[in-house]
Amino acid sequence: MARTRNFYLIPYVAWIVLFVAAPIILVAYYSFFDVEGQFTLDNYAKFFTPIYLRMTLGSFWYAFLITAFSLLVAYPTALILTRLKHKQLWLLLIILPSWINLLLKAYAFIGLFGKYGLVNAVFETVGIGGRQLLFNDFSFVFVSVYIFIPFMILPIYNALEELNPALIDASRDLGASAWTTFRRVIFPLTLDGVKAGCQAVFIPSLSLFMITRLIAGNRVITLGTAIEQHFLVTQDWGMGATIAVFLIIAMALIMFATGIGKRGALRG
Amino acid sequence: MRQLVQLFAVILVASLGLMAWTNALNRSAGYAGADTITVFNWGDYIDPELLKEFQEQTGITVIYETFDSNEAMMTKIAQGGTTFDVAMPSEYAVERLMEDGLLVPLDHSKLPNMAHIDPRFMDMSYDPGNVYSVPYFWGTVGILYNPEAFDEPPVSWDALWDPSLRNDILLVDGAREIIGMGLNSLGYSLNDTDEEHLQEALAKLKRLTPNVKAIVGDEIKMLMTGNEASAAVVWSGDAAEIMWENEDLDYVVPEEGSNLWFDSMVIPKTARNIEGAHLFINFMLDPENAARNAEYVGYSTPNATALEMLPEEIREDERFYPGDELIARLEVYENLGKRMLAYYNDLFLEFKMHAK
Repeated sequence: MARTRNFYLIPYVAWIVLFVAAPIILVAYYSFFDVEGQFTLDNYAKFFTPIYLRMTLGSFWYAFLITAFSLLVAYPTALILTRLKHKQLWLLLIILPSWINLLLKAYAFIGLFGKYGLVNAVFETVGIGGRQLLFNDFSFVFVSVYIFIPFMILPIYNALEELNPALIDASRDLGASAWTTFRRVIFPLTLDGVKAGCQAVFIPSLSLFMITRLIAGNRVITLGTAIEQHFLVTQDWGMGATIAVFLIIAMALIMFATGIGKRGALRG
Repeated sequence: MRQLVQLFAVILVASLGLMAWTNALNRSAGYAGADTITVFNWGDYIDPELLKEFQEQTGITVIYETFDSNEAMMTKIAQGGTTFDVAMPSEYAVERLMEDGLLVPLDHSKLPNMAHIDPRFMDMSYDPGNVYSVPYFWGTVGILYNPEAFDEPPVSWDALWDPSLRNDILLVDGAREIIGMGLNSLGYSLNDTDEEHLQEALAKLKRLTPNVKAIVGDEIKMLMTGNEASAAVVWSGDAAEIMWENEDLDYVVPEEGSNLWFDSMVIPKTARNIEGAHLFINFMLDPENAARNAEYVGYSTPNATALEMLPEEIREDERFYPGDELIARLEVYENLGKRMLAYYNDLFLEFKMHAK
């Protein structure tokens, strides 16, 4: 029996070793070499210079904003979804945009938010006047939230679906208001879904790079942008790998901090 | 357990079947054998009709693959996993590929049409004697602008610092181009490696940030076509493309100097059909073909004989075919070495961070 179980483990262990452990080790290894392939610790010293520290703080700040706004929109949406008649259809419509290539979505937003785009045309019509919508923090956060929303909605929706309705009824029977029921029963019991959603949004948000140029016009510079630059332009793999090492550490810490534990109540 | 083994067997058989099918398709498309050459070029940078004609004339099938940056192209050639018979890198990439021993020397006896290349564009600093490369297209870096936003044409880089252009300039996303612009505006060479000069250029560029709307890549074409900004720092080839779509715009190369760029034809070390590669390069250098290609692509041809065949309005356009006086003020990017290139990019990153 144990031998069979070990046999079944082989593909998983091989996968983890080849596609998780090995790349992380390689990235860490490359981080100790300079642009000319000489062993160095300068990359790590460089990471702690003001420019990279500002970039790191900026990346975390934008990732936080994107996650917060995504959660703000996603939780009520998921809550409404669970109460709709054709919930699967609505869920499909929410997931559908994530099937479209990111580049196409970015170009669509350039068209919408441009100086002569649809949004500004509407603003002109209603008398607000043209606004600079592209190439700023607003457009970057807005488009990022749009891109990541399905990844926040799904885990929250699943958590809400798994919630035992008897607990909500019991709360109401005991005289709790709708707000109290939400605050003391629904939200705490769906916290694992919220954590999973926050992980699914925050971690990729840290390393966004394409829309920082397309939508923010490089007015927003994240760690992802710097990694792309070092790997593809300067071919300074050492510095790119060093930034990646810190990103990996940050992601590991986030996953540890938002660790998801099983709760009996969720099983209904 | 048996089900798992069966599943693996099915996947294996399906994979092998797909591989065999792909191989058969590749063979039928001419992806194998001595009668093919693989050309590695920038996207939409050749007249497709010429590829068909080359095939008809020589019986050699052209497999055409594209790249979107010199770095991506160099990485692919360096890795050696893919065979490319002809590639079209920019001048600094030619120099890097030469340094790394990744190019095959050209046999000039097999390229009689090289005689048609303008002597001004031969024997350049990045490849003395044209041992490894032949110019394909050339151009400049300058200012694409809407004349309505300017009292007079921006003949100096300093015109971009005008406060009236607040949040109204687009910059191309390239460290050499933008740091080079800063250096040129101060009267320095765009290949300057003096850290004091580079810091001075960065300080001046930081004062430009209130005017910078965005620092963008290829989408600069779409944005300028749509009048998203009043001015942009672009390559002349892109400027020509944009002006074709938007006739309100004009292009100027600032008088302090700028970049003279070249995309060249080379034969990478991975080439399998060197004979076919020479035939292709010579075919592209044929004046009639070069003229047709220049008309299709819209970039400046280095082929002097082909230039004579182009319509007069193209031939006489000083913006894209500048005279000797302006060309004398232009510089080709030199390969500054990996360390200095990394420094340029760090400065550019600092400039971007300041542009917030």
